[in-house]
Amino acid sequence: MNMNALGMLLSAFVIAILGLMFFIWSNGRSLLTGGEEAASEIFSEGEVGLVEDPAGTATSRARLQSTSTGHAQIGLHVDEADILARIESDKSTSLIVLIMMTAAVLWLLVASTFGLISSIKLHQPDWLTGAMWLGFGVTRTIHLNAVAYGWAPMACLSSCIWILPRLLKTPLRSGQWAILGGVIWNLSLIAGLVAIATGYNSGLEWLEIPLPIAAGMVVGGAMVGIPLLDTLGHRRTRHLYVSVWYMSAALFWFPVLLIVAKMPVHVGIEQATANWWFGHNVLGLFYTPLSLATIYYLLPKIIGRPIENYNLSLLGFWTLAFFYGQVGGHHLEGSPAPAWLITLSIVQSMMMIIPVAAFTINQHMTMRGHFRMWVHSPTLRFILIGGMMYTLSSLQGSFEALRSINTVTHFTHFTVAHAHLGLYGFVTMVMFGAFYFILPRVRGWEWPYPWAIQLHFWLVVLGFGLYFTALTIGGVLQGLAMLDASKPFIDSVIVTRPWLIGRSIGGGMMTLGHVVFAVHVLAMVFKLGPKRHTQALFWRDAMPPGLAPNLAVQPLQQEGAAL
Amino acid sequence: MNLMNSEDLLVGASFMMGLTITVLIVIPYTEVSDLRPPDKLKPYSEQAQRGREIYLQNECMACHSQQPRSLSQAPDLKRGWGRAPIAADYYYDRPVLLGTMRTGPDLFNIAARQPSVDWHLGHLYQPRAYVKDSIMPSYRFLFVIKSKAEPGDKVVQLPPAWRPASGVVVATPKALDLVAYLLSLDHTYPIDNAPVLPPVASAPATAGQS
Repeated sequence: MNMNALGMLLSAFVIAILGLMFFIWSNGRSLLTGGEEAASEIFSEGEVGLVEDPAGTATSRARLQSTSTGHAQIGLHVDEADILARIESDKSTSLIVLIMMTAAVLWLLVASTFGLISSIKLHQPDWLTGAMWLGFGVTRTIHLNAVAYGWAPMACLSSCIWILPRLLKTPLRSGQWAILGGVIWNLSLIAGLVAIATGYNSGLEWLEIPLPIAAGMVVGGAMVGIPLLDTLGHRRTRHLYVSVWYMSAALFWFPVLLIVAKMPVHVGIEQATANWWFGHNVLGLFYTPLSLATIYYLLPKIIGRPIENYNLSLLGFWTLAFFYGQVGGHHLEGSPAPAWLITLSIVQSMMMIIPVAAFTINQHMTMRGHFRMWVHSPTLRFILIGGMMYTLSSLQGSFEALRSINTVTHFTHFTVAHAHLGLYGFVTMVMFGAFYFILPRVRGWEWPYPWAIQLHFWLVVLGFGLYFTALTIGGVLQGLAMLDASKPFIDSVIVTRPWLIGRSIGGGMMTLGHVVFAVHVLAMVFKLGPKRHTQALFWRDAMPPGLAPNLAVQPLQQEGAAL
Repeated sequence: MNLMNSEDLLVGASFMMGLTITVLIVIPYTEVSDLRPPDKLKPYSEQAQRGREIYLQNECMACHSQQPRSLSQAPDLKRGWGRAPIAADYYYDRPVLLGTMRTGPDLFNIAARQPSVDWHLGHLYQPRAYVKDSIMPSYRFLFVIKSKAEPGDKVVQLPPAWRPASGVVVATPKALDLVAYLLSLDHTYPIDNAPVLPPVASAPATAGQS
C-alpha cells in the first residue's frame, strides 16, 4: 500500500514537471500566441462579414447576411488571387472528397442498420437468433466498427482533405495516394466486418478487427496522410491556422495509436490498459481533433467572423493533447488494473475541463450576438449543436470518471449513452454540417431539396434526444439496482426494459434521418433533382460582381442586393 | 507573431504521444511481465480453450464482465460473484476478457455458482426457460434438433414447456466447448499466500475473501 501511494505521488509529480517543461518550451516557441492576424487567415481580403452557407436557400442566405452586422465594404475589395487559389484547392480535392463522402454515407447506413438491430434485440431477445452473426454481441460489434472505422473516419478525413488545401492556399498534391488509400481502407473494413461476422475476432473492444486486416487499414490511412503531408510541405501561407494543428496532429496520432495497440505483445491486465488507452484515445486524439478542426474552419466561415480568441484555441489544442492521452484508465475503475494508473486517469479526466472550457468559451464568444443566425443556416445548426454536444459529453465524461459516479454508471447503459453523446451528438452532428457545407462546393450543385435538410435535422435531433434521455435514465436505474444487494440481479435487467424500448424508437428515428440524408447525398452525387444553381454555387457567393464573369460564373443577384 | 512551423507541431505531438504510451502501456507492462499464476489457478483445458474462442466469437463480453468489484465498492461478493480479482488471476487469459457491461451478470466465478452442465446447455438454448425476464439471446444455432438421439449425443434437458414439438435438442461440439469454458471459470481460491504480486493490486485483493 505504501509503494502504491508512493507510485501515485511520483507519477503525478513527474507528469506535472513534464507538463511544466512543455509549457515553458511551447511559450518559448510562441506556440500559444497567434492573435487576430492568424484568426483571419481563413478569410480573404474583404471577406470578413460575408456569410457563407452553400446549403441555404436564397431567402435563408439573405436573412443570414442581414443578421451579420458591423462589417462594411463587403465584397468590394476581394483579393482575386486568393479566391482563385481557393477555387484551385477545391478543384484538386473534389474527386477524393466525393468518393470518401459517398463511402462515409454508405457506412452510416450499414452502421445504423446494425445499431438498430442490436437495440431491438435487447428487448426482443428471440428475434433473429438463427446464426452467430445475428447474435446481439456480433451485431453490436459490427455497428461499433462500422461507425468507428467507416462513417466517422471517412467523414472526418474527407472534411480534412477538403479544408486543409484551402487553409494552406495551395492545391492538394499527390491526391491519387489518398484515393488509393481510401480504397484500401474501405476494402480492409469490409474484410474486417466479414471477419467479425464469421468469428475471426481479436476479442478486444474497439480493436476487434484482426491484425492482418487492421494492417491494411494502417497502410490505407498512411496513404491518405501522404498528400496531406505533401501539401503541408508546399503551403503558401505564413500562418498555420489552428485547424491545421488539430488535423496534422490527429493524422500523426491515429496510425501510432493503431500500430501500438495492435502489436501482439500485450498481456494480462496490461492488455486491458492498452485496450482502453486505444479505445479512449481514438476518440480524443482522432475524431475529436478532426471535428474541432472542422468547427474552427466552418463556424467562422458561415457567420463571417473570425474566432473571437485565437490564443484560447491554441491553449485548447495543447491541453487536449496533454491531458487526453492519459484518461483511458478510467474505463478500468474497479478492475485489478494498477491503482495509480486509475487514479491518474481520473485526475486527467477532470483536467480535460480545461481544453473543453477553452473551446466552449471561444465558441460562445464567437457566436455572441449572432446566435439568431442558426435559425437561417442549416449548416450552422448542425455545427453549433455538435459543438455544444462536445462540451456536454466532455464534461459528462470528466464527472463520470469520478469514483462515486463511476460506481453507479460503470457496466450500465449510461456509458453507452455517453459514448453516443460524443460520437453522435458531437462528431456526427458536426460532420452532417460539414457535408451540407462542402458537397455543394464539390459538385457545383445545390442541395436539391432544402426541406430534406430540415427533415433530416429534426429526425436526428429529436431521435437522438430520445435515445440519450432514455438510455441515461435506464442506465442510472440499472446501476442503482445493481448496487442494491437486497434486489436480485434480474431486477437491474427488468428496470431497463421500457428505456431500452425508448432507445430503439429514438434509434429508429435517427436511422430514418440517415436514410433521408443518404438519399439527398446520392442526389448530389448524381446531380439529380430540381436544378437550383442560381445561388451558392461553388465560389460564386464569395465573388464580387465585377470579377465573376471572368470566371465564367453568374454575377451575384439577389444576394448582392441583400448585401 | 505566430511563427509556428510543422516541426514544432511534430515535436509537441510526439512528446504527448510518447508520454501517454509510457504511462498507460510501458509501465503497466513492466508491472505484469514478471507475474506468476496463483498456485490454485489451473490452465484451461483444450476443450475450455476452444470454448473460450466461441465465447469470444459471439462477443459474450458485450454483456458479461469478468471482474467482480470489491465489497468496498459494490455488493458483487454478496451476489455470489466472488472476491475482487488480482492481476495474476488472468494469467492464462489471452486475450483478457474483462468486459465493460453488465447487461447480464458477472461470469468470473460462474462455475462455482452454477456448476450444472445441463443447466448451462438448456440456458444457452433458451435463457427464458430458466430466467423468465432474461434478455439474453437464444444460442439455438449451437444446437441441432434430431428426431431421435444417436449414441454419443448430448441431449439437452429442457423444462417441458420449452421442448420442441417433436424430436430432441442435441448440443453441438461448439455448445459443449462453450459450457466447458464456462465451467472452468472458478476463481474462488484464496489468494493470501499468492506469489509476489504487484503492490497496487493487493489492496482490492484483501477486501473480498469468501
